[in-house]
Amino acid sequence: MQALGIDVLLKGNNFIRLIDGLCTALRISLVSVIFSIVFGIVFGIVMTYKNTVIRVVSRVYLEIVRIMPQMVLLFIVFFGTTRMFGLNLDAELASIIVFTFWGTAEMGDLVRGAVSNIPKHQYESSYALGLNKAQTYFYIVIPQTLRRLIPLSINLVTRMIKTTSLVMMIGVVEALKVTQQIIEANRMTAPNAAFGLYLTVFILYFLACWPISLLASYLEKKWSA
Amino acid sequence: MLRRLERSDRLNWSVIEKYLPLYEKATVLTLKIGWLGVLFSVAIGLAVSLIVHYRIPVLRQTAKIYIEIFRNTPLLIQLFFIYFGLPKIGVSFSPEFCGVLGLGLLGGSYMAETFRSGIEAVDKIQYETALSLGMSKAQVMFHIVLPQAITYSTPAFVANIIFLLKETSVFSAISLMDLMFTAKDLIGLYYKTAECLVMLVVFYLLILLPVSVIGSVVERRLSYASFGD
Repeated sequence: MQALGIDVLLKGNNFIRLIDGLCTALRISLVSVIFSIVFGIVFGIVMTYKNTVIRVVSRVYLEIVRIMPQMVLLFIVFFGTTRMFGLNLDAELASIIVFTFWGTAEMGDLVRGAVSNIPKHQYESSYALGLNKAQTYFYIVIPQTLRRLIPLSINLVTRMIKTTSLVMMIGVVEALKVTQQIIEANRMTAPNAAFGLYLTVFILYFLACWPISLLASYLEKKWSA
Repeated sequence: MLRRLERSDRLNWSVIEKYLPLYEKATVLTLKIGWLGVLFSVAIGLAVSLIVHYRIPVLRQTAKIYIEIFRNTPLLIQLFFIYFGLPKIGVSFSPEFCGVLGLGLLGGSYMAETFRSGIEAVDKIQYETALSLGMSKAQVMFHIVLPQAITYSTPAFVANIIFLLKETSVFSAISLMDLMFTAKDLIGLYYKTAECLVMLVVFYLLILLPVSVIGSVVERRLSYASFGD
């Protein structure tokens, strides 16, 4: 059995390219996460209003995101907009749009859950103490929600990173695409490199996500007590 | 958007009719692999969660490692490793088997966490009461703990099933002729992007909307039953 790709990995700047590809994926997820958190908090608070129109619209939005595979959304935004509107979206921009669309719904749902979990008497007491609606949110509701929310939104970050591996399918050159390129380039000299290289990507993704998951479960345990 | 769509390139229904059989075939494959994967993942999840619950030595640590690894890597990477990587060391499977295996392993780690937290949510007093009534350990598990644990974990369980069925869209990468693959293929061949994408959305809705609706009905019914307090 030949060397399983470790030599290929260390040849030239292959490993650096691989890390570079991973960084592309991480950059897309970071930008999307930031947008999703901002929009998600707004969306989540809007969802707590008892207005029929808001209810129906947000319900439909959530259901679309819950049901449609992210890959389908990527295809619609990337290929659909080009065909229908003549917009030529950059693949990276298209994926940021899709992941923000998806993340906002997820984040919004988390925020709604956390906010509506605050017992009613907290609101009532603060109104009774003369705080107005904005003050109630800022001083009473938000500090309590954050504790519940932060571990859950950190989990959303890992899911975002994992899902960004899909952007390869619309032509973003990220870790998996780079791996394919390296394997193709070395097909003659190292036909068995696929094993080692895919294993490396596997491990890289794991190393990117695992610490974040650990942090989330640590915070969850610490704050639930 | 719709008006624009009608104006610039009206949906061509004859094309849709022509592609319909292809999409139907792909749907059958997606459903088959998706649900097989779900079954497989429920089996793995149940076994792993019981191992963790009963703290069986060695197996328990293995299970923990398994859960961490598969929860923290994307399915696409797992599939690439299983489908393109493993054959290089002499282990090769058919694409279908790879799909079911990948989905089952990924889903197993999610299901295990779901079941475990369901089992943990059952109050300790329930065990003690059942044991003091003279039930055996297995009886406690099957008659007292599991029924309650299932209720507690239903919402997450349904979410997992939807998540897994959605993840089947990744299979197109290992050349399984699923919905995503068919759509991509047809777009590439005939450039009927709008029709193909609309059909793709419709067929995914057909697969997942029933699951979502049935899931929320079941959740509502089960939440009537509350235990303990």
